[in-house]
Formats: sequence, structure tokens, C-alpha cells
Amino acid sequence: MDCMVTGGNVKVLAKAVHSLSRIGEEMYLEPQEDGLTLRTVNSSRSAYACFLFSPLFFQKYAPCRNPVFRCKMTVKSVQAVFRSLSSLEKTVERCHIELNREKCRLTFTLHCKHGLLKTHNLSFQDSESLQAVFDTDSCANVLRAQPRLLVDTVLHFPPSLEEVSVSVSAERVWFRSHVEEGADQSRAMLTELCLSAQEFEHFAVSHPTHITFCLKEMRGLLMFAEASGLPVSLYFDEPGRPVVLSLTDSVLEVSFVLATLSEESPPLNHSNSSAERKPNPPPPDDFLNDDIDSYLIAMETSELAGGSDCPPPPPPPPPCDPGVSRHRPREGEEEEGEQEEEEEEGEETETGRPPNKKFRSLLFGSVLPTSSQAANQTLRNQEVLASDSEEEEEEEEDPASP
Amino acid sequence: MRFRAKMVDVGCLNNFTRVVNTISKLTKTCTLRLTTDNLFFMLSDKVANGGVSMWCELSQQGNFFDEFQLEGVSAEANEIYLELQPENLSRALRTAQNAKSLKIKLTKKHCPCLTLAAELPSLSSVSRVVTHDIPVDVIPRRLWQDFKEPIVPDFDVSIYLPPLKTMKNVVDRMKNLSQHLVLEANLNGEMNLKIETDLVSVSTHFKDLGNPSWGDDGSQGPSRDRAPEVMAHTRVDIKKLQQFLAGQQVNPSKAMCNIVNKRMVHFILLHEDVSLQYFIPAVA
Repeated sequence: MDCMVTGGNVKVLAKAVHSLSRIGEEMYLEPQEDGLTLRTVNSSRSAYACFLFSPLFFQKYAPCRNPVFRCKMTVKSVQAVFRSLSSLEKTVERCHIELNREKCRLTFTLHCKHGLLKTHNLSFQDSESLQAVFDTDSCANVLRAQPRLLVDTVLHFPPSLEEVSVSVSAERVWFRSHVEEGADQSRAMLTELCLSAQEFEHFAVSHPTHITFCLKEMRGLLMFAEASGLPVSLYFDEPGRPVVLSLTDSVLEVSFVLATLSEESPPLNHSNSSAERKPNPPPPDDFLNDDIDSYLIAMETSELAGGSDCPPPPPPPPPCDPGVSRHRPREGEEEEGEQEEEEEEGEETETGRPPNKKFRSLLFGSVLPTSSQAANQTLRNQEVLASDSEEEEEEEEDPASP
Repeated sequence: MRFRAKMVDVGCLNNFTRVVNTISKLTKTCTLRLTTDNLFFMLSDKVANGGVSMWCELSQQGNFFDEFQLEGVSAEANEIYLELQPENLSRALRTAQNAKSLKIKLTKKHCPCLTLAAELPSLSSVSRVVTHDIPVDVIPRRLWQDFKEPIVPDFDVSIYLPPLKTMKNVVDRMKNLSQHLVLEANLNGEMNLKIETDLVSVSTHFKDLGNPSWGDDGSQGPSRDRAPEVMAHTRVDIKKLQQFLAGQQVNPSKAMCNIVNKRMVHFILLHEDVSLQYFIPAVA
């Protein structure tokens, strides 16, 4: 392969690499006819990111046709090429990416001002094709907003927060901190933000839903989205099915596929979210309603005789059946069977415990092609199955059903 | 027990945020005492943790809140004591910086919480609302006596402090060399910060700082018949001092220091409606 990126697009490429580095350790690079893809998946395979740069993004774009080339390398090494974004913008005029087959190196050459050349020869490994299969068209809920809106939204959540829950109704979206049921749950600050549908460019909720996913990856995407100014679309369905965040431009397509928690373990902080999918999250009138009596709380104050009239705290809602909404994605690949079984066993042993964090793996078919001739075939076969679960399999494989 | 307060003015919100930020730099947990007139942030640390204590008083009439409603545990004890992590409060306030209004109220959620609800500007006609539930522990009345305002000690020397930034710069550097620092001052308006190690002795001298007059109250007694040039000194944990200086976000109109010879240093910062007292015990 041989391609050339110029001007502001170098920074876009750099931002993409930085964004990928927030998710996975390895970057999969695949020059295809329809453009260059950079992909990554996180170690637990619950998050996948893909950037597709169309040939028009490049000043020159020539993928390898014969044999087809694809590789993976540590994302850190690529990040090193684009280390400083600010100096990149000031000094780099062009970036040339070329495959050196003899030395088995991928060469990144940065053409800087004053004729300075910076060359990075990166080693790589042959790799499988990494691809998540997801279908955004079938998603029940689609939201699209300017990146600023979502950036401002996640800013309210502490950086240490791992997961966020999103609830949608016909007119509103709620973002909430998701805190694991655990020891220091009572010590954690819980944050909730409500946005009106009017703030979105597009707001189509066909059934109210409550999903939970990792915030870190979303922050990674937003970092890129904010820099590019492209509106962000969110596609999602019921809990347990992946949420897809995407950006589209004439020369660029970005998709992040994030697993969502498959069980609705009701967050204790919101009294009216029950175990079943509750269509209507609490309206924000808690704030709008100014009657002080609604804030009346009666709490224990040991010395006070009258203080004991407080009702005991409501019992925690019973943990819901861990198997209720599990979707078992279809496996695309035989060779993957072993790995899959291991995963299943792991889950089976867990079923006795209360339903805690269970992100469904997005199940990426991944097999190292024995030789590059098989490449074209593997591309067809080794698709990653993200959302395509099948009902019968679900029942059969559900380890929780007795 | 009810508490509800509302802030609309940006200036008030900023002032309050600065105070809370200062507190959060000083301690991980503290006690918030709410009365009808004042707010207090209090800390009395165990001796094992260095024994520092803090007393910060915000006068409620001082324009912090546009609305302030409080019903304490009973009519005769019309107060509420809460234990909380000021870091949470500080973080919540930070995200409410450009809020149109901010409400703070005591709520019963999964546990007792101090709930901050901020109404934020939005792109549409409907405001964005962000709420933060900060878990608190309600301190029962029988423990209230543990939180008494510290008495101003019978100090030997009371002196105005040099600009806190200057002091911080000096102490930051000294901290790299030593764990302890000797703070000494006299009634001639002179103050020294000294460290001494096997390898090096460093001393910074401040002069013409001025000594506050404490009127006729008894606490000034000992310093009256003191020779003005004689130094009172206390050796303190330099980390505690540095923490105090680093946390300052309120630029106080008055900053003073009382030294009880070989026993403790007592800092008093006054700024409009806020006063902050901080006690650092001496180390041997």
C-alpha cells in the first residue's frame, strides 16, 4: 500500500489514532478498495472502534491488491508517530504511509516544514480481519447531536466513573452514573443529567429504553468528534445489545460499537426504575417542583424521640434473573468454538452470584489466516457478530435456565 | 429535618465554590453544620493523623444564598450536622459553574444525600438539569458536642502573615529538604520560616508584618509583658503547612497567625463573610 495524507487531514488521522488508543492496545490496519480502515477492539472485547478513510481523504491512495495486505501493530507505536498534535498541526505538511514488503515494515514519513523528514518504520504482525457486525438500521432508537452537546454532558461525570446509564423517553434523555452494587456504593456521588429532545438534531425513540455502557470509550469517540465537529449518532436497542456511536462525513466513517449491560440491575438510587424495562424514567420535576414538603425527609437522630417516625428504607429490589435478557450472539467461526466455550464456562460458574457487571462480548471472529492467500475468504467468514443474536440459541445456551 | 437553599447569583456561586474548593484541599472528610444563620465546615483530626483541626464559618446572611430554609432536628436544636466528602461537593459545584440557578437540599435517596441540582443553559427552550447526589452521614445529636468551636488559644505572639502565595513558594521549596519546619515570630512584626537538616539550614525572614491587637480580652494576656524582639516558635509538620497554603483559593482580606510557643500554630483567614481557622499542632 502507498498513500499520502496532506494538510489538515494529517491531524484528523492523528486524532483517530489517539481516539483508538483509548480503547484497545492493538490497531488493525487494512487498506481496502473503499478506503483505509483502522480498527481496534478492547481486551475484553466489549468495545470496538473503526475508522474508515475513503480514498478521497488521501491525496494518493493505492491499496495492495495482490496479495491483499492487512496487519496489526500496537497502537502505542502508531501513536508515537503522531505524538504531539499541536506541533503536528504547525509543522507537518504531509504524511506518507507505505508498506515495505522486503523489510516487513510499515513506513510513516512525516514531511515537515523546512524539508525536514521524520521517518518511522513500524513493525507489524499479519492479522485476521477484525470486523464487528452490527445493523444500525434495525435499531429502535436513534439520536443525533452536535458533539458539543455530548461533550458537555459527559463533562459532568467524574473521570473515575466507569459506566454511564442512558434512559430515553419520547421527549427526554437521562444520563446517570452507574455504580456497581458493592461496598462503597453508598459513598459514591451519583450524577444525573437530563436533556430535552429539542437539543438533538434527530431524536427518534420508538420504545423507551435504559442501557448502560462504558464511558471511557465514548469519551474517546467524543474527543475525535469534537475536533472534527461532526454530529454524533447513537443507535441502540434494548439492554444487552450493543450501542453504536457513529460519525459520517463524505470522506470518513467512524463507528464505535460498545457492549451494554445485559441485565437491568436496577440502580438503587432511582426508586422508580424497576427490574423490568421501565418506559418512563423519572421526570425532572424533582427540580422544578419547589414545594419544600416534597423534600421532607425523616432521618434517624438518635436522641430525638420523635425522630423515629421515619419509615425503614425500602428493601433493595430483588436481583433479577441473570438470564432474563441475555442474548447469545451467533458464532461465525468454527475455530472460535474453543474460545467461546471457555467464555461460556466462565459465565456458568458465575450464575450463582448476584447479577453484576456482565457486558456481552461483542464476539469478534478472529483467526489468524494461515497464509495470505486465504485472505479473501477469511474476510467473508470472519465477521464479527455483534448484535445478530438468535432466539433459539439464546434459549438453548442460556446457562441460567435450570 | 429539612434543608433547602438556592443560589442564583453567579458571584455567590463562585464564592461558595472557592470556599468549598479550599476545604476539599484541606481534608478528605469533614463535618458540615447547618444552622439558620451560618454554615460551618469543621474538622478535628485524630492525633494519629497529625491532629490538625479546621473551623470554617460562612455567614448565611452574607449573600451566599438567595433562599435558605432549614428545620433542624427539633425547635430547640435547630441545626443539622452532616459528614461528607468535600471533594464531592467541590466536583458537583464545578460542573455547575455556569448554572442559571443552583439548589442544594437534603434528600433521602438510597442513603441520606445532599442533592445539588443545577439548571444549566441549553440549546433549546428547556433547561438542562444536572443533579448530583452526594452521600452524607447525619450525625446524631449526642455526638454534636464533639464539634465545638475551638477556643482561640493563649498565644504568645500574634502576627499578620505575608502574602500567602509568597509563603507557599517558600514552603514548597523547603518541603523538598525537610519534613519539619520551624515557624517563629515576635511582636516586632518579624516572622521566620526555618528548616534545619544535617546538610543544610535554610531560613526565610519576613519583617514589618505588623501584630494585630486583640483588644482587652484575656487571651492576649501573655503577649503583653513580652519583650517585643523575643521569638515564639513552633515546629510543625511541613506537609500540613504546605497543604494549608496550597489549598487557598480565597484571597483573604486578613491573614493572621497565632503562635503558642512549642505547642501549636493557629491560622486565621478572614474574607468578607467567610472565616477560616486552621490549627497545626507542634511536633517534637
